[in-house]
Order: sequence, then structure tokens, then C-alpha cells
Amino acid sequence: MKFEYTISNLDFSTAGEASSNIKKVLKLLGIDSKIIRRASIAIYEAEINIAIHSYGGKIILYVQENSIKIIALDKGPGINNIDLAMKEGFSTATHEIREMGFGAGMGLPNIKKCSDEFSITSESGKYTRLEIAINI
Amino acid sequence: MKINQLLENKNFKLLNDVPSLDEGITYIRSCDLLSLVMAKGEKGDAWITVQTHSNIVAVASLLEISCIILPESIKPEEDTLIKANENDIPIISTPLDVYKIMKEFSF
Ligand SMILES: Nc1ncnc2c1ncn2[C@@H]1O[C@H](COP(=O)(O)OP(=O)(O)OP(=O)(O)O)[C@@H](O)[C@H]1O
Ligand SMILES: [Mg+2]
Repeated sequence: MKFEYTISNLDFSTAGEASSNIKKVLKLLGIDSKIIRRASIAIYEAEINIAIHSYGGKIILYVQENSIKIIALDKGPGINNIDLAMKEGFSTATHEIREMGFGAGMGLPNIKKCSDEFSITSESGKYTRLEIAINI
Repeated sequence: MKINQLLENKNFKLLNDVPSLDEGITYIRSCDLLSLVMAKGEKGDAWITVQTHSNIVAVASLLEISCIILPESIKPEEDTLIKANENDIPIISTPLDVYKIMKEFSF
């Protein structure tokens, strides 16, 4: 099964909708609540990252027999140094964004903790692509 | 403690409409960094935050947090209350500060 959600840049009123929708879908499919929690956290953080740090993008979810696969793909500006971006506490969020409670530099590490497989690829100026899998 | 028991205390006022206040509060957490709440928050937590935008409802709903408490008479945005109604998340306002709120609880 495949589901796709579009995420707009700096649209905080709808940011969080992909993850809530997906949570409902996974519940209906009878997926274990611990797995749902991990998927929800990962998707929320990926969605907020697209809204805050990118020019917009999408989240694609595949529910397969043994795993949930999530792809978060955006239109850039990309991540220059992925190792640095993965460090807890590292954030390039602006002052305004931080005042809203984002920008703790915990999102990517949270996503990694929630995943069984995790990879990020990015090309400066072009895209960031996050792909994770959670075993069911 | 259940949410309706908390609301018997006149310092705590419910700001929105939710179908049930029978939910138990099992822990109380104060944090304004959303991704930290996302990492540590648990089902049943009462969450104290000074953030007022609608994304707090998304976080609370994903984690199945029992209620959001806004300290020191902080007012939520209109949008936040609408979203909280849609997601059945109680938003509670109080003039108390974080320490005094926490003193109301014992687990
Ligand atoms: N989709 C993206 N496009 C471009 N840069 C990104 C993207 N996602 C993350 N980054 C970069 O990686 C950094 C770390 O991301 P991470 O999600 O860990 O923290 P944050 O978003 O800054 O704060 P938090 O997630 O705690 O609110 C970001 O500050 C940003 O510089
Ligand atoms: Mg983030």
C-alpha cells in the first residue's frame, strides 16, 4: 500500500497532518502500537524538517508485509554536512523558528532512534532524501 | 489523577470542548522544545508548555498526551483550540507557574 502527502514550506498550520493521517491509517491496519509510535515520531520530525528547512517536498509511505517504509523527499536546499546535521543539538533553525519550540537539533537523531534502517542522501541546492524502514 | 479531578481546582480552566475528561494523568512534563517532547513524551502525560501555536496539538495527539497545560495565564492561538477540538486534546489554562502546577500532582 502506498500513501503520499505534500508538505509546504513554512506552513505550520498543516505541519503534522501527514503524521496524524498516517497514524490513523496504521491503527486501522491493526499495526502494533509501539510500531505506530515509532512511525509517528519519525514522520512528524521528517515532516517538520521539510516545512522548516526546505522549499517543500513530500512524504511517501509504503506499508509492506514485514515493514513500513518512509521516504521524505524535498526540493532543496539540501544538507551540506550530513554528519554534522545528525549530531544531537546541531540546528540551523532561525531565532523565530526556535521561539516556536523547533530547532533543538533533535529531529534527525529522533528519527534514527525510531528506525531499523535509516539513510539520508542530499545534493546541495537540489534535494534531501531521507529513507527509513521500521520492521513490523 | 483524572483530568476532571484537576479541573475541580479553580486554578485550572478548560479552554475547549472535548468528549471525555475521564482520562488519567500519569505523569507531568514541562518542556517547550517540541522535538524533546516528541522524544520523551508518553501516553497519559500532562504537558506544560508556553508554546501556543497549533503544532502543540499535533505533538500531543501523536503521543496521546492526556492534556496540555498553559501556565501563567498564557493564551493559545484560536487555531490551536480548533485543532484541539478536532483531536480531542484538552487545553487547560492556569495562572500558576510551573512549580505551583507540579505541586498539585503526586504520583
Ligand atoms: N529536509 C532538510 N533540508 C535541509 N536541511 C535539513 C533538512 N532536515 C534537516 N536539515 C538540517 O539538519 C539540521 C538538524 O536537523 P534536526 O531535525 O536534527 O534538528 P532541527 O530541525 O534543527 O531541530 P528540531 O528537529 O529539534 O526541531 C537542521 O537544523 C538543518 O540544518
Ligand atoms: Mg528537525
